[in-house]
Amino acid sequence: MSSMQDSREPTFIGKRTDGTMIRRPLSPHLQVYDMLQMSSALSISHRITGVAWSAGLLLMVWWLVAAAAGPGPFATATWFLGSWLGLLILFGMSAAAWFHTLNGIRHLVWDAGHGFAIPDMYRSGRAVLIGTAALTVVTWLVVIIAWG
Amino acid sequence: MAEFNLPKNSVVGTGKTFPAPTDATKVKSFRIYRWDPDDGENPRTDTYDIDLDKCGPMVLDALIKIKNEIDTTLTFRRSCREGICGSCAMNIDGLNTLACLKPIEDVKGDVKISPLPHMPVVKDLVPDLSQIYAQLRSIEPWLKSDTAPPPDHERLQSKEERAKLDGLWECILCFCCTTSCPSYWWNGDRYLGPAVLLQAYRWIADSRDDHTGERLDNLEDPFRLYRCHTIMNCARTCPKGLNPAQAIGQIKQMMVERQV
Repeated sequence: MSSMQDSREPTFIGKRTDGTMIRRPLSPHLQVYDMLQMSSALSISHRITGVAWSAGLLLMVWWLVAAAAGPGPFATATWFLGSWLGLLILFGMSAAAWFHTLNGIRHLVWDAGHGFAIPDMYRSGRAVLIGTAALTVVTWLVVIIAWG
Repeated sequence: MAEFNLPKNSVVGTGKTFPAPTDATKVKSFRIYRWDPDDGENPRTDTYDIDLDKCGPMVLDALIKIKNEIDTTLTFRRSCREGICGSCAMNIDGLNTLACLKPIEDVKGDVKISPLPHMPVVKDLVPDLSQIYAQLRSIEPWLKSDTAPPPDHERLQSKEERAKLDGLWECILCFCCTTSCPSYWWNGDRYLGPAVLLQAYRWIADSRDDHTGERLDNLEDPFRLYRCHTIMNCARTCPKGLNPAQAIGQIKQMMVERQV
């Protein structure tokens, strides 16, 4: 619900040949645009992983609260995080965290005024994707070795 | 708030098909967005099968051929046919570009053409640009100097000062970039968008302009400037190879620098 009227609203009022009014259509956007190109795909992924990471923080708070609440709740939390669903969520969280961190560095470099050229944008984008995959695998190797 | 679906009156239906002549040797389908204010119907996609052996190399050549030979009601803007007027900006094959600079050969499969995205449609491929023009006016895209020009010659610049305008002055205001920007789609009522911000920087960067401070004040706003999230669709789609994202980045840096 927006309380303020969109200033673009008047531009949607058109006229027919006979002078009567008609509401103009909005031209297609997401429906036609190539959203999977490196530029917009990584941008929306940055937002989604940011949201995922915030949700992951709640998960960690739950785990800490459970630990403070006593051995019973802590066992429940540990059981859930150790189940296949819990592990899947943790795996997704680690990938999201690495992506968001690496792409965040990419944004910091842009904010410092570098890497705007299109070939650089593709190079840094590929580096973020490869880095995310590699660091996620390394993270879980460390986890498995530490557990094992 | 961002609305990801098209409103009811804007949903695109299937339209007519215009088959190629039977003696056609190299057929390519052009799927083109159509909307006529007079027929009271929703927009539709018409398909025109064109013989490429009897057509010029660019998408604009095909559009002109359709209008001349197949369907005179097809409406689009065009003028110079050499990428300097900016009239024939439209969405071709999922990216915004100038129809006159886009070779048909570069498109795999059917050539899908629609108006510049997320804009009010006047007719067919003609969008209403009055909002963007008003925003361009708001950044006062002209030289503002506090001193009179020298009586006997122009306002001079060093080579270095002049070089700062390269990559900025070449903009033809086709608005391919602005209408490729998701941030502008969702917040175009208040966000100025890449083309207008590149113009703003063009005057900020001009050594002959004395109003840099006021220009920056005018942009210092959570929406007008800072809805740019460096998505980079603008630079990716610019048919002139310019980089609005970089110009916006430079404005943001100046905002920081003047505070420290």
